[in-house]
Amino acid sequence: MTDATANTPKHGTSLYTESPRVKKRNAAERRFQIYGIAAVATGLVFLIVLLTSILSNGVGAFQQTFVNVPIYLDAAKLDKKGERNIEDIKKVSTFGYQPLIDDALFAIVEENVSPNPLAKPKDTKALISASAVAQLRDYVIAHPEKIGETVDFRLLGSSRVDGYIKGRVTRESIARDKNINAEHLDIVDVLREKGVVKREFNMAFITGADASESRPEQAGMGVSMLGSLFMMIVVLVLSLPIGVAASIYLEEFAPQNKWTDLIEVNISNLAAVPSIVFGILGLAVFIQFAGLPQSAPLVGGLVLTLMTLPTIIISTRAALKAVPPSIRDAALGLGASKMQSVFHHVLPLAMPGILTGTIIGLAQALGETAPLLLIGMVGYIASNYPTGPLAGFMDPNSAMPAQIYEWAKRADPAYYERAWGGIIILLLFLITMNIIAIILRRRFERRW
Amino acid sequence: MPLLWLILIVLVLGAAGYVAGRQRAMSSAGGDPRHLHSLPVYYGSNVALFATVPALLVLVVWLIAQPMYIDRTVAGEIPAADIPQGSTLGLVMSDVRRVAEGLDLAISQGVMTAEEEGALVAGESGIREKLAQVGVALGSDVSPITLASARHYRDMTATGNLVRDVLVLLLAVGGFGYAFSKTNRDFRARNTVEHAIKLSLILSASIAILTTVGIVLSLVFNTVEFFRLYPAAEFFLGTTWSPSFGGGSSLGVLPLLWGTLYISFIALAVAVPIGLFAAIYLSEYASPKVRAFAKPLLEVLAGIPTIVYGLFALLTVGPLLVSAFGDGGLFGVNWMSGASSVSTAGLVMGIMLIPFVSSLSDDIINAVPQAMRDGSFGLGATKSETVKQVVMPAALPGIVGAILLAASRAIGETMIVVLGAGAAARLSMNPLEAMTTVTAKIVSQLTGDADFASPEALVAFALGMSLFVMTLCLNVLALYIVRKYREQYD
Repeated sequence: MTDATANTPKHGTSLYTESPRVKKRNAAERRFQIYGIAAVATGLVFLIVLLTSILSNGVGAFQQTFVNVPIYLDAAKLDKKGERNIEDIKKVSTFGYQPLIDDALFAIVEENVSPNPLAKPKDTKALISASAVAQLRDYVIAHPEKIGETVDFRLLGSSRVDGYIKGRVTRESIARDKNINAEHLDIVDVLREKGVVKREFNMAFITGADASESRPEQAGMGVSMLGSLFMMIVVLVLSLPIGVAASIYLEEFAPQNKWTDLIEVNISNLAAVPSIVFGILGLAVFIQFAGLPQSAPLVGGLVLTLMTLPTIIISTRAALKAVPPSIRDAALGLGASKMQSVFHHVLPLAMPGILTGTIIGLAQALGETAPLLLIGMVGYIASNYPTGPLAGFMDPNSAMPAQIYEWAKRADPAYYERAWGGIIILLLFLITMNIIAIILRRRFERRW
Repeated sequence: MPLLWLILIVLVLGAAGYVAGRQRAMSSAGGDPRHLHSLPVYYGSNVALFATVPALLVLVVWLIAQPMYIDRTVAGEIPAADIPQGSTLGLVMSDVRRVAEGLDLAISQGVMTAEEEGALVAGESGIREKLAQVGVALGSDVSPITLASARHYRDMTATGNLVRDVLVLLLAVGGFGYAFSKTNRDFRARNTVEHAIKLSLILSASIAILTTVGIVLSLVFNTVEFFRLYPAAEFFLGTTWSPSFGGGSSLGVLPLLWGTLYISFIALAVAVPIGLFAAIYLSEYASPKVRAFAKPLLEVLAGIPTIVYGLFALLTVGPLLVSAFGDGGLFGVNWMSGASSVSTAGLVMGIMLIPFVSSLSDDIINAVPQAMRDGSFGLGATKSETVKQVVMPAALPGIVGAILLAASRAIGETMIVVLGAGAAARLSMNPLEAMTTVTAKIVSQLTGDADFASPEALVAFALGMSLFVMTLCLNVLALYIVRKYREQYD
C-alpha cells in the first residue's frame, strides 16, 4: 500500500486548489475538447464554403443578357419570288438572315450612340449570339405571313456581352480578345441604359439543349435532364421490385447455407465497389456483349440499377427487420401461409422504410457520373430532344452530371458558370428527393 | 409474325388462363369457395403462370441465342480470302447484317418485291440506291460474297423466327392446357404459385452474384486480351505512361498507381483526423442539441455528388492554392503552375470523406459499452483520458476498418481526380504538381474514339482489374474487421 500513498497530496492542500498536475490534466482535457470542436467546425466550414461557392458562381447561369431588336423582315431578301411559297422561304439559309439582324442593330446603334463607333453593319456581330440567325429563320418559317413587316425580337446577347454585364468580362480582360473590343462595350453601356440590352431570367437554361463550344449563351440543361429522367425511370422500375424481392428472400426465407452466405458477402462488397467498375461492366456486358445501343439512357439505367441495388437491399432489409415478429406470428396463427404473411402484412408495414431507402438510392444514382462516361453518355450528345418515349430510352442522350462535366471541361469561362448553374439544378433535385424521403419517414414510420 | 404480336398473344393466353382456371375451380367446387383447397385467385394464377412463364423464358433465350448462332454460322462461311485488304471479319459481318436488314426493310416497305430481291445481282443493279431509299446507308457497293451471306443470313433468320413462333405458341398453349386440366377442387394451387414466387425471389437475390460474376468476367476477358497484345511485365513494372493511338505506346501502371496512392494518402490525412475528432466530440462531448444539428449537416457532405466536388476542386480550391503557392502568390514562391494538382484533388477528396469516417467511427464509438467508460471515470480519469486510454483502444479495430473503407473509396474515386488532379502521369514527390490516377486514365482511355481491340483501349480493363482487386482486398479486410469487432460487444 505504500506505493499507492506515495503520490497522495500532502496534508493541508484542498481539493479546490488545483495542484500543478491537476492543472496539466485539466488543460489537456480542454485541449482535447477544443480539437473536437475544431474538427466539427472545420467540417461545417467546408460545407458552407462549398455551398456558397456553388450559389455565388451558379446563380448567374439563370440570367442571361438579351437584346431587344425590331427587325424588318425584308421580302426582297427572304422571299425573292414574292409567292410566299414555304419551300422557297426554306431555301434561304441562315446566312441570308445575318444582314437583317446586322442592319437592324446597326440602326439602333446609330440612333442611340453618337458618334457611332462602328464602321459597318457587320461590326455589330460581336453583340449578338450566333444562334440569333437560326431563331430568326425558325420564326419566319413558322410565320411566313410576317415577311415584309417589322417584328420585335428578343435575341440572345453574345457570351462576351453577357459576361460584361455580369462582371465576368472586363475591359482589361478583352485586351487580346478577337471577338469583341472596347467600342462594343461602350455601345453595350449605352444600350443598357436605353433598355435595349437587358439582363433577364433565362428559361432556356432550364429547358434548352447543349450547344456548341463557341455558344455558351445558348446551352441549357433540358435535354440532359430528360436523359436523367428516363434513366431514373429504368432504375426505379427495375431496382425497386428486384431489390424488394431479394431482401424478402434474404430476410424471410433464406436458409442458413453457403449460397445465402455468398449472396450476403456479394451484396456488401458490391456496395463498396468503385462506381467506375460498374461502368466497365456496362460497357463490356451491355454494349459489347449484348449489343445494346451506345449512349442510350436504357443502358445507363441498367448500370445504375446494378449500382443502386445493394443500397436498396440493405435499407429494405433494415425496414423488414424492424417489423416485429408478433405480426408474422399473428398472421401465421390465423392460417396464412408464410408467403401470405409476408406479402399481406410485413411488406405493407415495411413500405415507408423501403420507399425511403429507394429514394435515397435513386438520389445517389442521379448524381453518379463516372459509369455514364464509359457507356458513352457524354455531355455533348445532349443536343437534341428525344422524339418520343421510346426514343427517350433508346436514342443517345446524356445525363445531368455528365452534362456538367462536359461544361467544366470546356475552355470558355462562360461554360464554368453554366456548370455551376447545372449543379444548382442537380442539387435542387437531390434536396427535393431527400426531403420527400425524410417526410415519408417522419410521417409513416411506425415504432413498435 | 412480329415479336410484339407473339408476346401479346402469350399474355392474352395468360389472362384467359387466369379467368378460365378460376372458373373451372369454382365450378368444380360447386360455386362455393370454401370447398376449394386454395383461394380461387391461386387457381387462376396457376394457369396464367403455366401459360406465360415457360413460353416467355424460351422466347428470351431464343432471342439471345439465335443472332449469336446465325452470326457464327454465316461468319464461318466467309472465306478468309474474300475479306478485303484492311478490313476484318467483324466489319464484313456488320455489312452483311446491314444488307440483310436493309433487304427486309425494302421488302416490307414495298420498295421491292420478294421476286425482285431474288433477281438482285451484286454490283450491277444498284442495291445501294435501293437500300438508301429505306434509310439504310452503305459505305460501299455490295460485293457478291456479302450479298450471298446476307441472303443466307435472311433465310436462316426467317426459319429461326418461324420455329421460334411455333415453339413459343405451343409452349403457351401446352402450359395452359396442362394447368387447366389439373385444376380441380383438391388441387394445391397455392403451393405451386407460392413455389413460383419463391423461385423468383431467389432469382432476384442471385442478381448480386450475377453482377459480381459479370464484373469479374468482363474484366478478366479483356485483361487477358490486353496482355496478349502487351507484355504483362512492362505493364506492371513500367515507369512511363504515354499512350499513343498510332501504336508504340508505353503503358506502365506505376506512375498511375503512385498518383492514386499519393492522392488517397493526402485525402486520408485530411479526412481521418477531422472525421475522427468530430466523431469523438459528437459522441462523447456534444449535447444532444448540438449533435442533432451538427451530425446531419456533416452527413450532407456525403450526399453531395462527386461531380460537384470535382468542379469545386477545379474552379475553387485549385485557383485558391495557386494564389497561395503559384507564381506571384501569397507566399512569393512558384511551386505550382496550374490549378490541378495532387493536393487540390487530395484536399477536396478529404472533405468528401470526412462524413464517411465520422459516421462510421461514431457508430463504432457508440458501440463501446458504457460500463467501460463508467469504470474509467470511477478511477478518477478525466473524459479525455477515458477516450484516449479506454474508448479508443476498444474501438480501434473498428476504426481501422472504417479508415480502410474510406481508403477504398479514395482509391476508386473518379470525378474529383478527373477534374482536379490533372492528366499528366508522372512519378514525383511534389504535392503541388499535376498527376493522374488509375480511375482518371480508365475514363480517358475509354471515352475516346479508340478501337476497342487496340491495346490503348484494352489497357483500361487491365487498369480496372487492378483497381477492382485493390478495392476488393481493402473492402473484404475492412468488412471482416468491422464485423469481427461488432461481435465482440454484441
